[in-house]
Amino acid sequence: MTRGRLVRASLLVAASAAGACAPSGAPSVLDPRGVGARRIEGLWWLMFWISVVVFAVVVAFLAVAYVRGHRKQTRLSEARWGGPFVVVSGIVAPSLILAGVFVVSLNDMMALSTPPQEPGLTIDIIGHDWWWEARYQGSGAVTANEIHIPTGESVRLRLTTDDVIHSFWVPQLQAKTDLIPGQVNSMWLQADEAGRYRGQCAEFCGLQHANMIFYVIADEPGKFESWLANEASEAAEPAASGAARGESVFLQSSCAGCHAVRGTEADSDLGPDLTHLARRETIASGVLDNTRSELARWIIDPQSAKPGAIMPPTELSSADLDALLDYLEGLK
Amino acid sequence: MATLEHSVPRTAGGLLEWFTSVDHKKIGILYLSSALVFFVLSGILALVMRSELAQPGLQLVDRQTYAQLFTMHGTGMMFFFGTPMVIGLANYFVPLHIGAPDVAFPRLNAFAFWLTLAGAVMAFAGFLTATGAAAFGWTAYAPLSGDAYSPGTGADLWIIGVALSGVAGVLAAVNLLATIFGMRAPGMSMLRMSIFNWNIVVTSILIAFSFPALTVALALLWADRNLGSSFFEPAGGGDPVLYQHLFWFFGHPEVYILILPFFGIVTEIIPVFSRKPVFGYKGFVFATLLIGAYSFSVWAHHMFTTGAVDGPFFSATSMLIAVPTGIKFFNWIGTMWGGKIRFQTPMLFCAGFLFMFLMGGITGVFLASPPLDYFVHDTYYVVAHLHYVLFGGSVFAMFAGLYYWIPKMSGRMLSEGLGKLHFVLLLVGMNAAFFPMHQLGIDGMQRRIPDYPASFGYAQENLVSTAGAFLIALAVLVFFINLFVSLRRGPLAGDDPWGGYTLEWATTSPPPHHNFHRLPPIRSARPVFDERRENAQAGPEGGSP
Ligand code: HEC
Ligand code: HEM
Ligand SMILES: [Cu+2]
Ligand SMILES: [Cu+2]
Repeated sequence: MTRGRLVRASLLVAASAAGACAPSGAPSVLDPRGVGARRIEGLWWLMFWISVVVFAVVVAFLAVAYVRGHRKQTRLSEARWGGPFVVVSGIVAPSLILAGVFVVSLNDMMALSTPPQEPGLTIDIIGHDWWWEARYQGSGAVTANEIHIPTGESVRLRLTTDDVIHSFWVPQLQAKTDLIPGQVNSMWLQADEAGRYRGQCAEFCGLQHANMIFYVIADEPGKFESWLANEASEAAEPAASGAARGESVFLQSSCAGCHAVRGTEADSDLGPDLTHLARRETIASGVLDNTRSELARWIIDPQSAKPGAIMPPTELSSADLDALLDYLEGLK
Repeated sequence: MATLEHSVPRTAGGLLEWFTSVDHKKIGILYLSSALVFFVLSGILALVMRSELAQPGLQLVDRQTYAQLFTMHGTGMMFFFGTPMVIGLANYFVPLHIGAPDVAFPRLNAFAFWLTLAGAVMAFAGFLTATGAAAFGWTAYAPLSGDAYSPGTGADLWIIGVALSGVAGVLAAVNLLATIFGMRAPGMSMLRMSIFNWNIVVTSILIAFSFPALTVALALLWADRNLGSSFFEPAGGGDPVLYQHLFWFFGHPEVYILILPFFGIVTEIIPVFSRKPVFGYKGFVFATLLIGAYSFSVWAHHMFTTGAVDGPFFSATSMLIAVPTGIKFFNWIGTMWGGKIRFQTPMLFCAGFLFMFLMGGITGVFLASPPLDYFVHDTYYVVAHLHYVLFGGSVFAMFAGLYYWIPKMSGRMLSEGLGKLHFVLLLVGMNAAFFPMHQLGIDGMQRRIPDYPASFGYAQENLVSTAGAFLIALAVLVFFINLFVSLRRGPLAGDDPWGGYTLEWATTSPPPHHNFHRLPPIRSARPVFDERRENAQAGPEGGSP
């Protein structure tokens, strides 16, 4: 991290930046929090320092050539092939360096393709314009945009897409992998410590590509198990009468045509599964916080928060809306 | 040597002559002018993007417009600025370098130019349609570029426009090859050709063999959109990865199409301004051929994250291609070593080219390593890399070439003072604009986004980058001022203002209709130099080469 800061600082100075620059928790490749990303950090710094040396050596050659370039008389003979100078510095040296880099890269590539432990858990990740669906194999748990995993364990992801190409990327945890129509890709994730890691779609997928954000939330295994058990369960019957009215608003308006709340008749998978919506911290792939007011704004006018999102605006009386919000907030 | 016509002739036939001419020099100038127009247009699109990105949040444009901006910026720069600039320079200077009166097929030449321009206008005309221009990136990946996700005329105009200019590129390339293989003056053996010509040979071969892959990809895409076929639609049995293979089978050679000719220009200029012959002529030629051949074997390094390609193979070939590039680098250094260097504007731009291209080359090796690419692919790191190569490399070398050759084309020198100002502004601007992007990419900022979180320190780096972009604009403005002023009032250039080596300096500036009244004897790759030396030895003063 300090080295990251150093580079950042020197980069910015070199770019004639004014003003201070404090890295503020950027989801940086050089601030790894998982086995996969840590390998990359090592490879990055290896290549970085090799590059610095190569750059310095070549620039030194150039500088000397320029500084000494004021002869009165120059050689007129032509070196047709370039001679030993070019052979050594232009062929032998680069070949050796590149061969070394290649071998190290290959080694890291193999390491990235196999998880350190046999994954016990497999999650299907399905990309949609513009949100992420996560289905936990074997448990029936389905959620969106906030993907919980246990710490210290390898988790397998099966990546598919419902529409165009997307790319699943959590910079601090693991390499990115594309989600390609008609193809099943797979990758693994492993986080060392509990935390909330920002991820995003990396392949341009249309209007809201920039907002196709998600979070990987790593919990201690015990905490994760109870999260998973809850997430796998069906929605509880609404307790209060307001929420019960909200449920019927939900089931009778358009919502049920696109969303699923397990345990009710709503079982569509066009939009995110809302069975345990209230447990999420954000909605609409990180665009809004999951608060009552933002939820209300989203339901009435999703297009103002996330133009182009595949959810239409809904007109509701304020009593219906209140009831609906009660219901949704009760989906714990 | 021709000495009679030192004045600058006005075009006889007026404006109409520019539309009807089949003279390779006129067509060359048409290519250059239209390329510069699209350079400015695409540059303006980039300035709008950079203004939007100066701060987090959306201030200037909406998301859809932003997508059109980066799509048409990339498209304009690659297809309607870069490639035509290359073909234009080749058009003008290939016949001059080999002592020929014109290209092999002058009418085809004119046709190719007008077709290119028609394609460019068509693609940009998308901005005038109701749904706007294409908005799927210059790569137009399926299925995003299909009719379901990108309805609208703009996308079809893009496909047709790019395909037309691709076909035109193939016509131009075939013409150049025929010219070089068939029309060399007596004595001009292949191994006495200028390095620039050699690079055009390889570039033309790359164009001829890679653009058809693009044409096929675009034709299939068009059919998917308009005829209901499913070449790239998995629902109908198609494969979106196939599109990527076709695109990059073209796309990677395209990168070399946009750099090899500029390597050629730099290799012409550095010897002249170091007063030495090029160091390792054959090594150069060999390295260029090798790069050309390799460039067809690396395309899938753009697809490492698809999980559908052989990472180790494409990584190995991609790293291998750095070796011939290294050869060239040390040939340039060897050429300057112990030379007598004159830092006039063309040479300054070459120096800028060497440093910037070195940066871009090194950051490229990172991308050739699959595990690193898994991380920085599709981030601003790639945007930084590609601009170091294409802006720091190609555009710097282009300006070197323009300062070097415009005196030949126009008969008048460009101002040295303004040229140096242009260089300094461009160098500072380019680094301010693109260097911070490396850090942005490493910090996780993906490309093709109009907005970014305010919190991760992205804001400062983006602000610096935007300031740099405006410095670039200022530098380019200085260039155009220089051009307009100097073309009217610049000092006359004479035949050979730089003490050049190659045949274009043996004729008047600008050259007469059929290029040469008389050719010097061609006994090496530097006939003009040879003749000058013989004259000097025969003459009273002796003097330096
Ligand atoms: C046409 C289908 C459709 C209808 C009808 C619809 N939604 Fe949605 N909804 C979606 C989609 C698609 C998303 C994901 C949008 C995104 O993030 O881009 C979504 C997202 C949401 C979210 C955020 C979920 C999350 O975790 O991010 C909530 C809450 C929601 N909808 C509630 C409702 C309610 C309540 C109604 C009825 C008033 C409704 N939706 C009607 C398609 C629909
Ligand atoms: C005039 C100075 C330039 C500036 C300020 C500039 C700026 C940018 C920026 C900010 C992007 C990223 C857009 C995004 O991903 O959101 C971009 C993309 C790109 N630029 Fe430039 N650029 C310049 C010149 C050039 C030149 C000279 C070339 C090529 C010869 C070029 C080729 C490209 C390409 C191919 C892309 C990718 C487009 C895409 O993602 O589809 N640019 N440019
Ligand atoms: Cu995306
Ligand atoms: Cu490539």
